[in-house]
Amino acid sequence: MGKIEWAMWANEQALASGLILLTGGIVGVAGQFRGWQFAAYAVAAGVFVCLLEYPRSKRAKGTSVERTGQYCFTVCVKAFGPLTRNYYVRAFLHAAICVPGGFMLATVLGCVCLGIASLIYLAAAIRGEHWEPILPRKETRKPVAESIKNPPQNPPPRPPPEMRRKQAGDLEKSAYDNPMSVTDDE
Amino acid sequence: MANCIVNYGFSAFILFVWMAINIFLFVYFYFFYDLGPQFFYTRHLLGSALPWARAPAAVLNFNCMLILLPVCRNLLSLLRGSFVRCSRTMRKQLDKNLTFHKLVAYTIALMTAVHTIAHLFNLERFNNSRQGLGDELSAALSELADTENTTYLNPVRITNLDPQQIPTYFAFTTIAGLTGVVITLALILIVTSSMEVIRRSYFEVFWYTHHLFIVFFAGLVFHGAGRIVRSQQRTNPPHNTTFCKDRPDDWGRIPECPIPQFAGGFPQTWMYVIGPMVIYLCERLVRFIRYMQRVRYKKIVMRPSKVLELQLIKNGFKMDVGQYVFVNCPAISQLEWHPFTMTSAPEEDFFSVHIRSAGDWTDKLIEIMKKVPEGAEGPKLGVDGPFGTASEDVFDYEVSMLIGAGIGVTPFASILKSIWYKFKDSDPKLRTRKIYFYWLCRETHAFEWFADLLQVLEKEMEERGMGDFLTYKLYLTGWDQSHATHVMVHFDKDTDVVTGLKQKTHYGRPIWDKEFEQVRIENPT
Repeated sequence: MGKIEWAMWANEQALASGLILLTGGIVGVAGQFRGWQFAAYAVAAGVFVCLLEYPRSKRAKGTSVERTGQYCFTVCVKAFGPLTRNYYVRAFLHAAICVPGGFMLATVLGCVCLGIASLIYLAAAIRGEHWEPILPRKETRKPVAESIKNPPQNPPPRPPPEMRRKQAGDLEKSAYDNPMSVTDDE
Repeated sequence: MANCIVNYGFSAFILFVWMAINIFLFVYFYFFYDLGPQFFYTRHLLGSALPWARAPAAVLNFNCMLILLPVCRNLLSLLRGSFVRCSRTMRKQLDKNLTFHKLVAYTIALMTAVHTIAHLFNLERFNNSRQGLGDELSAALSELADTENTTYLNPVRITNLDPQQIPTYFAFTTIAGLTGVVITLALILIVTSSMEVIRRSYFEVFWYTHHLFIVFFAGLVFHGAGRIVRSQQRTNPPHNTTFCKDRPDDWGRIPECPIPQFAGGFPQTWMYVIGPMVIYLCERLVRFIRYMQRVRYKKIVMRPSKVLELQLIKNGFKMDVGQYVFVNCPAISQLEWHPFTMTSAPEEDFFSVHIRSAGDWTDKLIEIMKKVPEGAEGPKLGVDGPFGTASEDVFDYEVSMLIGAGIGVTPFASILKSIWYKFKDSDPKLRTRKIYFYWLCRETHAFEWFADLLQVLEKEMEERGMGDFLTYKLYLTGWDQSHATHVMVHFDKDTDVVTGLKQKTHYGRPIWDKEFEQVRIENPT
């Protein structure tokens, strides 16, 4: 169990709880249940929790899979800096948010689920995990080596042309072996 | 189109039948509760929320019965074995067991949501009637209590609590309410830990949380024990609802309207789920018995790229080509079972698995095996299986095209070895005379053992003068510039630089149209 990042499961649980809280709230308001004010609160709280939890964190080890279209949410959540980065804050925030849900049956399930998510986040925070935004990778081109930038200005030193021309008179001296094979069929 | 029907027709048919049963149950029970005269007074208190709660309950009964069956893998193996006479199409459905399990799970989750929301309305309406917010009839009906000559209709009896908290109090103090909350919570935890992200990366969280299904089924069986959905019973003299509904004050005072009596329905869920629960219990028992059976080691071989080959012997173990087993090593973890495809042929007197280092458990296993001295027995192992579709159909055809991609090449080790044995022994059941094997992977790193196998087969076939029995093509899809340069430099060599095989490696994905064309040309009918 060494490689488990509890925050990943806490995130799924919190997102589900947000949806359940939202649904319970909608039922309470639409049905005009007793205590519908708590249901109205649950709608707002549910939406808030969903928005906070939608962007997945980058994993410490391994590849991270984004949720569809989470980039905008990532940017918003990232803007809150340490408040959203730290999982202790999230654990206490969820614990606080879930309490009013307990005052009405329609939202009680959302309350309990969010409470459980809060506990898992607490476990994640104790293990030192934190939220990391998943940002698109910028393409870094390999830095070009220095020597490419300065081509040589002068040709390599050669003996004067009279010496380079093959001396037709002296065959022995002007013959040489090619270091590499220049024929086709080797 | 014809291909679609052949490939997916039977699955579509099964799904259609399943969906039809679901829809039938929903509609039938909806109208049973919506139109049934015995629920007339109940409906007066609850409105249409009553049938909206009972219809998904029926669908839930059916699906909770089904959900345990696709995960009884030993049962499925048994069915697959006995279906050998039946068509391949039927056996193929058994391979899709996990997909079906997930589909049924989604249905259970959806129906639970509908059921819970409808009951929220029911409780609110019961509460309101009890508080006297309805009409005269509702008040009279809610007044009825459990005494010596009356029976209650409205299960909410309490009035001396804050009315907003009564539904919550009711939910946590009645059998139906408490079991409902507990099992819904268990279901939610099961669903969130079964999301693909969690399953693929942290399997233990998924697996251990999934065992909350025990809580789920226990609560489910007792969920109806409180019998709080009440229907009107026949009284003597009969209580005529059409006449008496407008005269609640006269109930018990005039002969046409004796006090109406109510009783709850007999709980039925247990009848649906008891069978599959027993079957699943047997399944776990079989797994346990298999775990206790002794597994002896024939050989332990360390292969390159951190691949471990284990050759094992188990009494009474019979496998088919392309099947897999679950392996457990108590020295590493008592509870973890990991699946591995078998790489040996059924003709051999042992079965082997190739295990690559890919995580905690496999790393520890390889470490332990490295320390085992030559010829000694390794740590105690449990082996469950074999499971999976046998690929024995490959032996029935004269020309076979085998395509293995990535890790999917592992069953082909078994298949190729088996074909080789059958060929050597001139097995009359083997009709194959030509095999095309396509191996697609990103890189051959970690598959050197398979390349070795191909080399051995290639050599043996050359020796027998059967060079063209097996044509294999390796496609490396993860090539880059350095690969290409390397190949260009060694272009003239006889064997391939990557695999050492005679047939050259291709780069990129195969162009299937050309491949099929080529096979067709080489094998005119």
